[in-house]
Amino acid sequence: MDILSLFVVVPIITVIVLGFAKDLKQSRIIALVGSLVQFAMSINLIFAYLKERSVNTDIMVFVKDLTWFETFNIHYTIGVDAISVVMIVLTAVIVLAGVFISWAVDDLPKEFFISLIILSTGVFGFFISIDLFTMFVFYEIAVIPMYLLIGIWGSGPREFSAMKLTLMLMGASAVLSVGIFGIYFNSNAGGGPLTFNILDIAQVDIPLAAQKLFYPLTFIGFAVLGALFPFHTWSPSGHASAPTAVSMLHAGVLMKLGGYGVFRVAMYLLPEGAIIWSDFFLILAAIGVVYGAMGAIMQKDLKYINAYASVSHLGLVLFALLMFNKTAWNGAIIQSLSHGLLTAMFFALIGMVYGRTHTRDISKLGGIMKILPFIGAVYVITGLAYLGLPGFSGFVAEMNIFVGAFQHEDTFHRILTIMAVSSIVVTAVYILRMVGKIMMGPLSNEEYKDLPKATWYEKTGLVLLMIPVVIIGVMPFGLGEMLKESIQPFLERLL
Amino acid sequence: MNYWESLLLMRSELGLLAVILLLIIFEIFSNKKQKGSLVTVAIVLFAIHTVIGFLPLAEGKIFGDMFRTQPLLHFFKGTLNVGVLILLLQSSDWLKKEIVDQNKATEFFILLFSSLIGMYFMISSGNFLMFYIGLELATLPVTALVAYETYKRISAEAGVKFILSSALASGTALLGVSFLYATTGTIYFDAMAEVLTVSNLSVLGFIFFFSGLAFKISLAPFHFWTADVYEGAPISVASFLSVISKGAAVMILMIILFTAMRPLIEVWGKVIYMVAIATMFIGNLFALRQQNMKRFLAFSSVAQAGFILLGFLSDDQLGYTTIVYFVAVYIFSNLGAFGVVQAISSATGKENIDDYEGLYRTNPKLSLLMMLALFSLAGIPPLAGFFGKFFLYAAAASKGYYVLVFIAVVNATISLYYYLIVVRAIFLRKSDDAIPFFKSSVNMKLGLALAALGILIAGVYSPLYNYIFSISSSFLN
Repeated sequence: MDILSLFVVVPIITVIVLGFAKDLKQSRIIALVGSLVQFAMSINLIFAYLKERSVNTDIMVFVKDLTWFETFNIHYTIGVDAISVVMIVLTAVIVLAGVFISWAVDDLPKEFFISLIILSTGVFGFFISIDLFTMFVFYEIAVIPMYLLIGIWGSGPREFSAMKLTLMLMGASAVLSVGIFGIYFNSNAGGGPLTFNILDIAQVDIPLAAQKLFYPLTFIGFAVLGALFPFHTWSPSGHASAPTAVSMLHAGVLMKLGGYGVFRVAMYLLPEGAIIWSDFFLILAAIGVVYGAMGAIMQKDLKYINAYASVSHLGLVLFALLMFNKTAWNGAIIQSLSHGLLTAMFFALIGMVYGRTHTRDISKLGGIMKILPFIGAVYVITGLAYLGLPGFSGFVAEMNIFVGAFQHEDTFHRILTIMAVSSIVVTAVYILRMVGKIMMGPLSNEEYKDLPKATWYEKTGLVLLMIPVVIIGVMPFGLGEMLKESIQPFLERLL
Repeated sequence: MNYWESLLLMRSELGLLAVILLLIIFEIFSNKKQKGSLVTVAIVLFAIHTVIGFLPLAEGKIFGDMFRTQPLLHFFKGTLNVGVLILLLQSSDWLKKEIVDQNKATEFFILLFSSLIGMYFMISSGNFLMFYIGLELATLPVTALVAYETYKRISAEAGVKFILSSALASGTALLGVSFLYATTGTIYFDAMAEVLTVSNLSVLGFIFFFSGLAFKISLAPFHFWTADVYEGAPISVASFLSVISKGAAVMILMIILFTAMRPLIEVWGKVIYMVAIATMFIGNLFALRQQNMKRFLAFSSVAQAGFILLGFLSDDQLGYTTIVYFVAVYIFSNLGAFGVVQAISSATGKENIDDYEGLYRTNPKLSLLMMLALFSLAGIPPLAGFFGKFFLYAAAASKGYYVLVFIAVVNATISLYYYLIVVRAIFLRKSDDAIPFFKSSVNMKLGLALAALGILIAGVYSPLYNYIFSISSSFLN
């Protein structure tokens, strides 16, 4: 078994073993072992990748190719570059943290972990695929468990939120499938056979008319998952209703599929379409950045604040991708990582506060820091990292994005960049307001005095997420160095 | 080729006839006590027939090209057999009760198998006469089956509705055939393809013929009988109508459109295009508000028929491979769903979506199968239905029908909504009077397991598609 297929096989084995679990204890141990193995594999993958990269200069390494449906030239083709490697590591970290955070899930624990692991199978599969068909299959596998996860274990209007989220995302993937057909049936433009292989299609110049038509379909198909304005509406309600670990996985990992797909499929395969449509989508992305930040200011529910903040920060990813230069792209990838980790931490913390106080309304919370020092301290740190304090990953990402964005000298890009930069100020407002209100000040409710302290599994989950945030923040150059070579093919193709 | 060798080409038909005769003999020589085992005997005999059906069969034409067989047709008959076998397994409990309590006998099997023989002849036909005989043989016994629960008024009502609409449909199709005969002077598919030209009369002939078959496949706007008949008919008959009967009708429609009516492709391409859109939308929009599971599955099967039409737009090897593949996959998915409805109905008599609330907490395995079947129908990977639908889209997109594919994927999303409604009732809701835990019989379990196996494997396991593709290369040449 090759090093990459294991990322799909291990979760599948975990799911099968979970099927035999009897109660919560057995389920969580199995899920923990499974996700620990994945985590170890992902750390191993970084080193294996760096080692392989020093001798192998192909765009993708660890490539493996199996024919699947010969008639359509569909292959199970897998391979990774630096971008997918870091995404895989991100996924493994968040899945592991998610298992820790859901340590005490009470209702149908076995089914919960099965759905969670199936979701992660889809995500891992998506990141290792270089065949559009395989990628699409994994994409849908990643989305559909969300329905059960939110619907069964969620809170509030869970049925409505689950249905809305599933239909919007599956609708987007339906639109995406038309885009994929458009790419596939034009992939013989260079005289070769029809193919789903991304690397092969990247050698072909798809006719301009087709690019113009199919680029928006492919872009929107992916970008809905990346919360592109005005298709972001599934995100706030979905996150607010989802259980903690699911919010973490969804905002931390699943939404990254959107940006990754936009970059690797829509822009890379349809470069001329990308240039033609760039201004239009750039406006949408910039609106998303500002709108998300403004939305977050207006919310009173902690999860809604974070959900709108995600719309804003992921809008920044799309914004950076559409800037078409190396610095901004670098920033987009780091922003994906940073946002994934930080937002997962936020949702985990919110889950911990909510689990103890049974409210997410910031007007009812206050002075939590005194009672729960560990959770409070991490909350403050996360907040500061989120608003872009130097020394944490958020700063590195935003710095790269805006330096990249300012390289465009025309008025159009300048205006949009200034709009987007202004969102940072707004971010500071809502983060500081939230942290100040709920953590500092007098205790809002006397009953909160007896709240239980953070448990060992909650601490483990948080620390696990915190470590990479600091590593990226303090040593961004290692990551930048690693990503540089993998961004090169995109530069050659698109510029 | 001598007489006996040529008769061997009709192996499937003769084999099934032998099964019927053996059943009659068994009934004659059995006393009242042994009658209960009739179901088991019938299932075993049919299982043997199914297995034999998968032995390879030579290609050939007999009776002056009235009857033909080809690997793809033979495979298709085998697929129908598997479907009927699963269906028999799933309905064995209900049948045992019917036969013992109502003092009935082999007529269920005779009628069902006769209808299946009719379908064999219909899809093997080389001219319109044979086609029509097959069509009638396939339809008339089903009427009696629809009204099989004679003590239920609704069943009899469904029977009347079915016979009236199918008689009208057959008559319409026959009128169309006679118009076509009038313009070409032949009833043979191959000969007609050579001389048929686009004229007012031939187009009119096509329209009538197509309307007749559209009744059988329940394409909009000829779908009105579907929901009423499914609701009134016994569940096993409803599922027979929705998978086997529909599959066979799709197959013969495809054969005739791609051979005899190929010269009219400009005309029927447009008709198929519009009917596909109408069928998908109407099926989906009506399915949204159904409460009864049988009516729900009826409209879902109308919508599925609309999707199948996408494959017709690719009039080459890709088209017919994909259609046959989709029908095979659809048989498994739909039988999975109908099987669960059947199991619950025979254990508790409940058939409404509301009754399913909280089912997962009492009957997890049935619930899981229901979810798999519905997700497969909705086209969620890695289940078989996804691959079927994706390839249908690909077939249409290969001819540049991107707008139609777009409409189809929008409809797939709409359909996901109502499939999720059932999933919601089963998994998300909790209910105090949920259907209590019950054990199904071995036959039922086997029937459900076979359907589940098909749903899980028929898609991911690509050799199945590749095999259909390889045997379809000689098809219709």
